[in-house]
Amino acid sequence: MSDLPILGATERPSAWKMLRAMVGIGLLCGLFIVAVYQTTLPAIERNKAEALQRAIFQVLPDAKSSMTFRLDGNGRFALLIDGEAEDRLVYAGYDHERELIGLAVEARGMGYQDVITVIYGYSFAADAIVGIRVLASKETPGLGDRIETDETFLKNFEKLDVTLAEDRSAPANPIEAVKHGRKEHPWQVDGITGATISSVAIADILRDSSAFWVPRIRARLDDFRQEEAP
Amino acid sequence: MKQPTTGTDEFVKGLWKENPVFIQVLGMCPVLAVSNTARNALAMGLATLFVLVMSNTVVSLLRNFIPKQVRIATYILIIATFVTVVEYVIQAISLELHKALGAFISLIVVNCLILGRAEAFASKNTLGRSILDGLGMGLGFVLALFCLGAVREVLGSGSLFGLSLFHDGFQNWVVMILPSGGFFTLAGWLLLFNWLKQRRGGEVAG
Repeated sequence: MSDLPILGATERPSAWKMLRAMVGIGLLCGLFIVAVYQTTLPAIERNKAEALQRAIFQVLPDAKSSMTFRLDGNGRFALLIDGEAEDRLVYAGYDHERELIGLAVEARGMGYQDVITVIYGYSFAADAIVGIRVLASKETPGLGDRIETDETFLKNFEKLDVTLAEDRSAPANPIEAVKHGRKEHPWQVDGITGATISSVAIADILRDSSAFWVPRIRARLDDFRQEEAP
Repeated sequence: MKQPTTGTDEFVKGLWKENPVFIQVLGMCPVLAVSNTARNALAMGLATLFVLVMSNTVVSLLRNFIPKQVRIATYILIIATFVTVVEYVIQAISLELHKALGAFISLIVVNCLILGRAEAFASKNTLGRSILDGLGMGLGFVLALFCLGAVREVLGSGSLFGLSLFHDGFQNWVVMILPSGGFFTLAGWLLLFNWLKQRRGGEVAG
């Protein structure tokens, strides 16, 4: 037998070398990502706060100023001053004369790809959702992301009924999604053909969120009025 | 094919002779999806350029440290790191831009152009050549995306970088900003590039 090496055969590296390469590079990559995250976080937070403010005035087009309130454990809404709390927040909108006209509420739920975050405007005068804006979504480009651009779909939210039942504990007619072209009632959401899961997800998010928030908001309207609007 | 020998050749080849979009037809997903406006196209192109140059740099630097058996997993890790960095930076610059580019920023990880250059070039060449290769290929990608984005925005929206170009009477070709417009525009550019290539080949032969 010849001792000549076989042509094309590669040297087999030790397990240590492979482990060292993968763990070492993984560690460096992790450190780099965390460093960039920490560096960019203040700017990202600032951009998100500005985007939220813009979205509030988009879903409450008649509002000229807004204040943030937090729902406490006793079912009361307290004015948020330091801005540190992140959950159970609502944004009250006031007109020129500092009269309360509605509330913007953030809501989230599972879409087709990932969690969808929306903000919607609830008008006291219309007793309905009067605007919606998608804050974050990773729905399929060209299909599911039409929940943000499809004009027919967005018309659903110009006046989506959330009137409370007689006992004031929940909306009389929960919001429901229907197939495109089958909408008959003001609490129904006309879906998007080709983006069924995403459009149903939006309807579900609004149904759950309105069922939670509208009775509580209606029961504590004075909490928003007693504070002096800016 | 004659191998490029100088640094200039490494840089220039990606711009024209081996353009990743018009010649190699690589990375079609973002090319078709995010080229509906010149701004989106440029942003996606620059994000890809950054990831390509950085991944080429790191892969070339570590080429003797990474065993062949785990190279693909390691390259993906390096590429994914720079894509994550780009995602944070874009969010810090503009949330609107981040939203417009959507899931396609994350999808840079699986852009075959980037993994292809890491595997085919950076893992076998010196740092300087790898950076020049990444810059050339990346700029070629930016150029191609801009070519598509500019045509689609001008015809589809009557504007360029948001600035209106035509009188009120101009009827927008809405199809151009829809997905099908991406295919039409890409087909047009591919026709032009192939025609130029053939013409050049004919001249050389003549």
